Amino acid sequence: MKAFSGHRVLPALLGVVALTACGSPSKAPSSAPPPPIDRMSEEGPEGYRYTDADVQFMQNMILHHAQALEMSRRAPGRTEREDILLLARRIERSQGDEIALMKRWLEARGEELPESGHHPHEHHGHHAAEREHGVELMAGMLTEAQLDQLAATEGPEFDRLFLQLMVYHHEGALDMVEELFSVGGRTAQDPELFQFASHVNSDQRIEITRMLEMLRAGER
Amino acid sequence: MRLSMLPRHEPTVRPAAWSGCLMLAAGLCFSTAPGAAQSGFTPGGDDDPRVGLAAGWHDAEEASWNMELLASQRRPDDFRNPETPGDGGFSNTDIGFQDDLVFVGNYHGFTVYDISDPKNPELRASVVCPGGQGDLSVFGDLVFISAQENRGRVDCGTQGTEGTVDPDRFRGVRVFDISDLDNPVQVAAVQTCRGSHTHTVVTDPSDPETIYIYNSGTSFVRSAEELEGCTDVRNPNDPTTSFWSIDVIRVPLAAPEQAHLIDSPRVFADEETGEIAALWPGGDHGEGTQSSRDTNQCHDITAYPEIGLAAGACSGNGILFDISTPAIPVRMNEVVDPNFAYWHSATFNNDGTKVIFTDEWGGGSAPRCLATDRPEWGANAIFDIVDGRMQLASYYKLPAPQTETENCVAHNGSLVPVPGRDIKVQAWYQGGISVFDFTDSENPYEIAFFDRGPLSETELFTGGFWSAYWYNGQIYGSEISRGLDVFELTPSEHLSENEIAAANLVRFSEFNPQHQPRNVWPPEMVVARAYYDQLLRHDGLLQDRAAVVATELDRIDGLPVGTEARAALAELATELWEDARRVDAGEEVGDAERIRTLAGALLDVATTMR
Repeated sequence: MKAFSGHRVLPALLGVVALTACGSPSKAPSSAPPPPIDRMSEEGPEGYRYTDADVQFMQNMILHHAQALEMSRRAPGRTEREDILLLARRIERSQGDEIALMKRWLEARGEELPESGHHPHEHHGHHAAEREHGVELMAGMLTEAQLDQLAATEGPEFDRLFLQLMVYHHEGALDMVEELFSVGGRTAQDPELFQFASHVNSDQRIEITRMLEMLRAGER
Repeated sequence: MRLSMLPRHEPTVRPAAWSGCLMLAAGLCFSTAPGAAQSGFTPGGDDDPRVGLAAGWHDAEEASWNMELLASQRRPDDFRNPETPGDGGFSNTDIGFQDDLVFVGNYHGFTVYDISDPKNPELRASVVCPGGQGDLSVFGDLVFISAQENRGRVDCGTQGTEGTVDPDRFRGVRVFDISDLDNPVQVAAVQTCRGSHTHTVVTDPSDPETIYIYNSGTSFVRSAEELEGCTDVRNPNDPTTSFWSIDVIRVPLAAPEQAHLIDSPRVFADEETGEIAALWPGGDHGEGTQSSRDTNQCHDITAYPEIGLAAGACSGNGILFDISTPAIPVRMNEVVDPNFAYWHSATFNNDGTKVIFTDEWGGGSAPRCLATDRPEWGANAIFDIVDGRMQLASYYKLPAPQTETENCVAHNGSLVPVPGRDIKVQAWYQGGISVFDFTDSENPYEIAFFDRGPLSETELFTGGFWSAYWYNGQIYGSEISRGLDVFELTPSEHLSENEIAAANLVRFSEFNPQHQPRNVWPPEMVVARAYYDQLLRHDGLLQDRAAVVATELDRIDGLPVGTEARAALAELATELWEDARRVDAGEEVGDAERIRTLAGALLDVATTMR
């Protein structure tokens, strides 16, 4: 579990946390010189360019989201808290929709979907990852042991573990977005992918805030 | 009442007989006697003709009720991927109007159509300038367009950008000079920390030389190395944070190249404590309620300069701003709503006594009009504005359920300028277009619709209507992947021929729906007749009297313009005032307010008759 303070500076999406002192808060006066415009591109329409890193991001995020669904499905029967059931249902619905979106994105470009049953733990690559027992994990992914532990708890114990693990899991998704933007090269140029990554970034930040509140509520 | 639904297999052929009620193989057709109170189907019921429409990109089955499709124009080749309807790089977005031109924003730039013949819109110009989402306004010789994406370039190039710091990257509000529509020139490009998701033109009634752009950036905060002053710290205790503000851009009309950011006001702050993030913190509102996003941004702002107000749809809050000094928007009142996920856009009624906010639950790419979805979620919330404060009156959601492969939620719309009523036309993505009456803010009801089947029966492509706006007699729909559609309203028991004719009298030489103008009706007989029709519809005048008034209206219409007609109008108005007095005194039943409205309209005609 990552350390987390009330106003933790979440990972800057662009990977560069701007700490520069600045006299005019939140203002960025800047007018670019008038450039010529490119009328009616002769290249003709084409899907926007994407990179291997983009593809890998989508493939990994499908697996990452799939685990969030797996976690959420454990809530019914194990918690008595209506707010946690509701949260679980929301995650199932929103991330379920997003999985469909990511699959469509990959299929439309003739890219491979991550194999169903393909275990994310074995997924290698230079994505946001952590090392556990010598196996590379995507950021925020739970181990089998952690999933088993979640399945074995119930009541307030489940509530607490579920929220903590889900926050951890969501943080991992934010790391993956951050890495996509900062890995270098022409990543996140595709409009749909850009929009999707932006949504993951904003939605999961909000859910994290909410889950931390729920955790605090459970402590009372 | 007429209802027609017909499958189309030949998209380029547009039979003139569309307004008729055709019975085709796969189609249904309902028809009831004129004046029948019932529509012949239950909106949202199994017999709603929008249920079960066949899928297709350009050959989907269509259903319409009280409105007629006049024309459809596919996106030009450079703005569409022929391989798929779901290429988000070429989505059509918002619309602006000027004279006989309609400007359609697109993730890839913008296109301009000549609509001097609304039945045959012609492509007039197109500008490739990627950056998404291409929210667009037109003002005089200027077009403003929003860019927020990573790929946006200052030079409008299509090659994209690189890394986290790229001097060529553009995220903000572009300004084009379109005085030569054949050669639009980008004259300014105002960079902002969170890019530009939407923007709003705000005029200053006391300074015609200057306009303001309220910019709503909703995207990530860029690096300070790329744009000085940007602070990607989501901490409201950090006074430099680029969250929790909107941007105000000043545009001197004589020198638009000098357009620049003048302020990023902390419009969500607590006036007393100075706390920057004083509005909705994010989260749900209790058991069984919707989770609303935190208010660190506005998604869209609708300004109504003539009444000095703007309505901000700001993530977790609906906000009323005093914009009497446009450079300094001042928050007056804000609301939250337990059914709203994301406050998305706003429309005032013409009097400025009501405001409708939309909720973009699911972000627009999700199917949120399923039969199982709650009707207050992903809907409109209609508020009365009383003494500068908003009071929730009701919700309105597209009544017809949509399928799992249709992204659907409340989206952009505008008023239909029928005098005496509050009517809005609105886009619901793949849910189609719905026209509804909210004169009684507690009881909104649908009066017309158009819908197509999904783009695909098996896949959810983001598509459907981004915007649907009334402009000078027609409804223009910006269809994300199918193109530009033009419609006309047709008379029904819910909307008379006179009411439509009166609406057609309201003409603008320029219209940006987020810069809301006041609708004013000229003193013409058809306006009075529209009020008369409303009086009848509401049983506001005794039948005998109504018949006498109708006869007199016809007689006056037959008179030449002059003293006799003028005197007759004034006399009829006087009699109606007497009717209203009797209603007030309880001597007769009726609707005194509507009777006086009719009397006033007749006097207006008399007064201006020369």
